[in-house]
Amino acid sequence: MALFLARRLGKGILVLLAIVVLNFFLIRLAPGDPALVMAGEAGAGDELYVAQLREKFGLDQPLPLQLGLYLRSILSLDLGYSVRQQMPVGRLILDRLPATLLLTGTAFLISLTLGVALGALAARRAGRLADTAITALALLFYATPLFWVSLMAIIVFSVRLDWLPAFGFETVGGGYTGLARAADIARHLVLPSLTLGLFFMAVYVRMTRASMLEVAGLDFVKTARAKGLREGTVQRRHVLRNALLPVVTLAGLQAGTLVGGAILTETVFAWPGIGRLMYEALLQRDYNLLLGVFVVSSAMVLLFNLVTDVIYRVVDPRIEAAS
Amino acid sequence: MSAPVVSVRGLRLALPPGADRPLAVDGVSFDLTAGEILCLVGESGSGKSMCAHALMGLLPRAVKPSGGEIRMEGTDLLAQDEAGWRDTRGRRIAMIFQEPMTALNPLMRIGDQMAEMFEAHGLLTPAERRARAVALAGEVGLPEPERIVRAYPHQLSGGQRQRAMIAMALALEPAVLVADEPTTALDVTTQAQILALVRDLQRRRNMAVLFITHDFGVVAEIADRVLVLRHGRVVEAGPAAAVLGRPQESYTRTLLAAVPSMDPPVRTPPAGPKAVEVAGLTKTYVTGGGWWRPARRVEAARGVAFALHKGETLGLVGESGSGKSSIAKLVMRLVEPDAGTVRLGDTDLTRLSGEPLRRARRRIQMVFQDPFASLNPRRTVGRIIADGPRAHGVPEAEARERARRLLGLVGLDPSAFDRYPHEFSGGQRQRVGIARALALEPEILVADEAVSALDVSVQAQVLALLEDLKARLGLSMLFITHDLRVAAQICDRIAVMRRGEIVELKTASALFAHPEHPYTRALLDAVPGRTRSAA
Repeated sequence: MALFLARRLGKGILVLLAIVVLNFFLIRLAPGDPALVMAGEAGAGDELYVAQLREKFGLDQPLPLQLGLYLRSILSLDLGYSVRQQMPVGRLILDRLPATLLLTGTAFLISLTLGVALGALAARRAGRLADTAITALALLFYATPLFWVSLMAIIVFSVRLDWLPAFGFETVGGGYTGLARAADIARHLVLPSLTLGLFFMAVYVRMTRASMLEVAGLDFVKTARAKGLREGTVQRRHVLRNALLPVVTLAGLQAGTLVGGAILTETVFAWPGIGRLMYEALLQRDYNLLLGVFVVSSAMVLLFNLVTDVIYRVVDPRIEAAS
Repeated sequence: MSAPVVSVRGLRLALPPGADRPLAVDGVSFDLTAGEILCLVGESGSGKSMCAHALMGLLPRAVKPSGGEIRMEGTDLLAQDEAGWRDTRGRRIAMIFQEPMTALNPLMRIGDQMAEMFEAHGLLTPAERRARAVALAGEVGLPEPERIVRAYPHQLSGGQRQRAMIAMALALEPAVLVADEPTTALDVTTQAQILALVRDLQRRRNMAVLFITHDFGVVAEIADRVLVLRHGRVVEAGPAAAVLGRPQESYTRTLLAAVPSMDPPVRTPPAGPKAVEVAGLTKTYVTGGGWWRPARRVEAARGVAFALHKGETLGLVGESGSGKSSIAKLVMRLVEPDAGTVRLGDTDLTRLSGEPLRRARRRIQMVFQDPFASLNPRRTVGRIIADGPRAHGVPEAEARERARRLLGLVGLDPSAFDRYPHEFSGGQRQRVGIARALALEPEILVADEAVSALDVSVQAQVLALLEDLKARLGLSMLFITHDLRVAAQICDRIAVMRRGEIVELKTASALFAHPEHPYTRALLDAVPGRTRSAA
């Protein structure tokens, strides 16, 4: 296992460096650069001023040199400095990371637990009313665009019913502390995390249901029944456990989007997370910040891929033999 | 004779409307007595497996008992509720299944699956359950019981898994053991060991055993009494010696006659020119392996050499993993050899590539094992047969004409031309498979376990067909099988394979009369029912 981890980490770092190089060039394909945007905002179209800015940020250097400098700082774990925000990129990302992880993590947990539970229920009631209802609901969430769900949720639950706040991380100027603050944040969390989680929940429902029905027909399930086990035990221990293997793969994919996958939701609900940071950085051509966000989210994808593989090895003893 | 433990009276099981017959089992009666093995024999679709599942209350949802009773200790099992069934299963009647590869939960340790038996009935403490699991593993002859209970199913061989299943079934000392084709998926030597184990345990524990099988060799080996089923009805019942020795019903006689004998008929060895000559054929499969990881190597062929004469049938026998199917693929050049040559007449098949190879493929064709999986379900039989010739440039009309002629040749109705594979039985599909292989007018036919999935009576028909076609069309045949009885009947010469090597190659009669290699002897000794049929 240790060897496996070391090997995978080594590969991961190489992949990450390749991603950095690719992103570095990709970003520069977009028209305009930070100097132009800044000059534009300052109302100065003066060539000389732009050239001065470029020189100041090192943008007048040849591209390979810029890349080399960037790689060197990345390797020393320094993500650079955002000139626009007048702050180190690392600090900016760390400031926003908790809010995003809170949102995406909650959505992840909601979609996984609800999805598996509803999927299992649908499989046990296959062909009956509960199954039809769950499957139809899942299909609806699966097919509806996220932003539309978000907007509708705001209209219904915030505007009409006034049950939940429509946007933000917490009540501005509320002055809550301790538990009261936590409750306030939780209330703000409900709508964005639910809308973000619905799509993956639908995927989990469909996958769990299909997988359980498939496993239910296998021989060892008959063996389990032949032991005289209760139906609940048969379903939980023999059917569900085996049926969850493909769900683990999918959960790994979703976990990879924990950092970079909430741009839309964060924008609609004005959630102060990484997604909005990235959106702003993009508009301002803030190269360092944008690259920094890319690096962190790519690293997260790689990390969760590794975690998924480890979990897979733990839950499925056959993997070890095959490798 | 003591009183029966279970008595089944007039059992009727109804199939859902629209099935090919209204009753899966129609008025079947039998007794299971302590210390006795009752064999339920029949071909596929005879309802034998349904009887077994009815005893466990594990019938498919669509099949419903519609009459009769299953009496055990004074109560009718069919009348009990789900809780009653749960108590019966495992504790009073236990069951083992056909496929040891899939009958165990792949994610649970062997010991835990055994302990679950006690847990299901609320017996013993967890520590005691573990101790019992170890003891049971020892009793069924699993090596290193302490260690093996912590293993997962994939770490065990097929035979070991079946032993684990048996251990599980015996855990609660049930009065009745139901065994549904428990050795069908195993190699002959493993099968012999498992049969001996079942016999031994049944005697020691004085259990009643209901043993389901389609194999008369196994029946001869293990049965005290026999019940022959056909289309859900009892054809004949009685003591094993009587049913096997002096069958009263013609159906039983037909079934027994269809079992290939272990005495090869006298054949004149063909001395024609060599149709295929294989020399130094070597193939090693390397799996896994990565940047820093050692690879797993399986030697499927090690310097294999043989010649197949024109008009000859050469058998390739061996246990699973012996490399016999790999040889078939290498000879067909479906996989590339690491070394060695395959000559078809005067051309070296291993040297060809591109268009010449494509043209040479016409000369050697294959009949596959599984008549269900080897035909494209979405193409009509006529198209399946005509596809090959068409691919080799035969005009459409002529290809269709040839397909129709071949259907007649393999004994199928011309109306089969426009029908789909699923409309045919296993034996008929295998005929389609043979017609498909013959459509290219090959010189050599490679039959890879071509009759292994078929019932004995159908098997006999297909073997006769192959023999007839071979003679009429002047074919040479490479016949791969794990069934020594089949090999004895159809092969001129037989090569015995073990771990990628041919250990013995001689004429069928010489091989059966004077086996030299110890492995050949072990194989022959393990064939079920050998002693009784010889006596």
